[in-house]
Amino acid sequence: MTVFLLRRLFQASGVVLVMTVLVFLGVFAVGDPVEILISPEADQAERERAIQALGLDLPLWQQYLVFLGKALQGDLGRSFVFNEPALTLIFQRMPATLELAFGATFLALIIGVPLGLYAGLKPNAMPARAIMAGSILGFSLPTFWVGLMLIMVFAVQLGWLPSTGRGETVTILGMRWSFLTWDGLLHMAMPMFSLSLSRIGLAIRLTRSGVRENMVMDYVKFARAKGLSPQRVVFVHVFRNILIPVVTVMGLELGSTIAFSVVTESVFAWPGMGKLIIDSINVLDRPVIVAYLMMIVLMFITINLLVDLSYSVLDPRVRLESRE
Amino acid sequence: MAVGAPITSLDPHYHQLSPNNAVADMIFDALVNRSPRDQGIPGLATSWRAVDSTTWEFKLREGVRFHNGNAFTADDVAFTLARVPRVPNSPSSFALYTRPITAVEIVDAHTIRFKTATPYPLLPTDLANLRIIDKETAENATTEDFNAGRAAQGTGPWRVVEHRNGDRIEFAANAQYWGGAPAFARVTYRMITNDAARTAALLAGDVDFIDQVPTADLARLRREQRVVLSETVGLRIIFLGLDHSRAGATPFITDNDGKPIEPNPLRDVRVRRALSLGIDRAAIADRVMEGAATPSGQFLPAGSFGHVPDLAAPRVNADEARRLLTEAGFPNGFRITLHSPNDRYINDARIAQAIGQMWTRIGLRTSVEAQTWATFVGRAARTELSAWLIGWGSSGGEASNPLRNLVASISREKGWGASNRGHYSNPRVDALVDRAMVELDNPRRETLLREATQMAMDDVGIIPLHIQTNIWAMRRGLQHEARADELTRAQDVRPAR
Repeated sequence: MTVFLLRRLFQASGVVLVMTVLVFLGVFAVGDPVEILISPEADQAERERAIQALGLDLPLWQQYLVFLGKALQGDLGRSFVFNEPALTLIFQRMPATLELAFGATFLALIIGVPLGLYAGLKPNAMPARAIMAGSILGFSLPTFWVGLMLIMVFAVQLGWLPSTGRGETVTILGMRWSFLTWDGLLHMAMPMFSLSLSRIGLAIRLTRSGVRENMVMDYVKFARAKGLSPQRVVFVHVFRNILIPVVTVMGLELGSTIAFSVVTESVFAWPGMGKLIIDSINVLDRPVIVAYLMMIVLMFITINLLVDLSYSVLDPRVRLESRE
Repeated sequence: MAVGAPITSLDPHYHQLSPNNAVADMIFDALVNRSPRDQGIPGLATSWRAVDSTTWEFKLREGVRFHNGNAFTADDVAFTLARVPRVPNSPSSFALYTRPITAVEIVDAHTIRFKTATPYPLLPTDLANLRIIDKETAENATTEDFNAGRAAQGTGPWRVVEHRNGDRIEFAANAQYWGGAPAFARVTYRMITNDAARTAALLAGDVDFIDQVPTADLARLRREQRVVLSETVGLRIIFLGLDHSRAGATPFITDNDGKPIEPNPLRDVRVRRALSLGIDRAAIADRVMEGAATPSGQFLPAGSFGHVPDLAAPRVNADEARRLLTEAGFPNGFRITLHSPNDRYINDARIAQAIGQMWTRIGLRTSVEAQTWATFVGRAARTELSAWLIGWGSSGGEASNPLRNLVASISREKGWGASNRGHYSNPRVDALVDRAMVELDNPRRETLLREATQMAMDDVGIIPLHIQTNIWAMRRGLQHEARADELTRAQDVRPAR
């Protein structure tokens, strides 16, 4: 177990290192941050001052080494645009994104899994067919379109829900959370739903195929023959087995929901990390881009780890030891 | 109210950027404030005059207090000027406005003098960019202290209550404001960068006021009963830059067989004139911009300082354009690539497409390449392009600003031509601008600026297209004083009478 964890950690640091090099080269290739940030009125002397102030006068490899040296001391640099530490900016925005992502995943599970279970147990019933058709819509409709339609219907036409923003927040552990206030929940409803739509579709399909596969397996026949009630067969024996693929996929989806909910966040003006990263890319705010991507890499590695750990809980046949 | 551009800092001296300046205008005042048409009007200074050719004297407003109760005096002005060049890590500093000042002399608590090395008529215009902060509060304040609101103590009509980076700023009215208390007790200033979402938020009643109304929504909003629009001709000119820098072949013009053309055809004024005459500006303003633009043949709209009254926008004339091309030795035209950003100016890529078709009509096989601003601006700055679409907002609303930056010869020591991406150079234009920059008599200065503009335009140094119209939308029951400089400020909104 310890070996397993250590190896994961080692892999993680390698990936992070590669990531920083790629981002440095990428931002360098895309363009010159100073040209974007500087006031058009600035004269040549002012331009040179800005290049120096942002540390962009050094050759790229030197800039990288300076960055690496500071990063090892836990300083990922200051945003060119905000003049605040990149990490502070990211952590300020993180709660907004986390609550949205977890909310969307939660919604996907509590809606998707029961529907998928039903569709798997009664594959030929009319409602089951409707569910399956609906699930295709779920992951084929583009998020921004769904988002705008939701706004048009529920905010503009009906006026039931607020169109954008986070609403009232509560501060816990120095971070602001919306999901603890009624107003905040109202604000969350639409972005959360539009973000979860494709995940609901996914959960339905995964659960259904899992159920269909497992229902014909020997252990189910045996359980039935033993005289167990259908409920016990489905909810204890089958359910446990179908959860493995659902947990894997939804876990990874959670990661990408956190990292890349850019579209939903900008449509609903949700002040999360997705908006921060897209704004930063637009102005080539390299410290923020690097810090963000490093964090995302770490997050994916952690999620993968948790997924692997949860396997061993769900399925005792899985062992986490290394091969030797 | 909801705005389309993110505010990145509450420090008024950190980043010279319009959205930040709009918010700074709500919290702070400059010595010279700006009227809706961007002319200097008394702010924290009640009057100013040139004592001699290199000394300006400003009389300061008495009885003004900062939000924290401290009195405003000449010390605060001197402190502000000293702080501006020293703000660390600034990506675009305000120091270019303090650099002409060589010495500051405090005459008494409400009189201050500025010395300049040479006669400098633009000093009041420049000072309008410098918002005055409180010396006692900001003595050791960092940009972070301003962002947190602690140090953001100004004399302006609004006090900062809370700032949530990238999301919203909450303001409360400063009832003691010297210009009269604002019309609302509280204002929430939200950043909704997505155009469709911003319009939807207005229609849903979540916000009362939005800026940067997308042209695609204009027709619909004009019909909408619950919404009123406020608009004015802006100060942002959209124009085409041309490569004057190369004597030999320019990279994106070739003959019809794809071979480079030497010498650079863009150095021939007949070719430049043909390119300008081939463009139907009225059609672009009408159809691409949905009426939200005024065709222009110069930098500034009518009514601005240095606008040339007789210089109308060139009317499309394809025959004349073809004749000029033939005369220049291109009876069969040539191939040209027009570059454009696609996320910077209103409908930028679509304007470039339209011009591509218009040029094809005068016999030039034009291809259009639109790319994101982050990539585009670097290529334009390195003069890698031959013809490109770009914009310029003339802050201060007077012609010396675009003349110095866009068409004056590039000169490091004078600080001119920093945005002259095409390396246009005309010694006669330079000479006129030179004289205008030390002319303290305003009528004479305006004549010089007009002559310089006329000359640069006759020579087609750049090809002006149109001036954007600034548009705001609000729920019925409000009225707004539209500003030429695009700034969205809460003090310009009030209940309709």
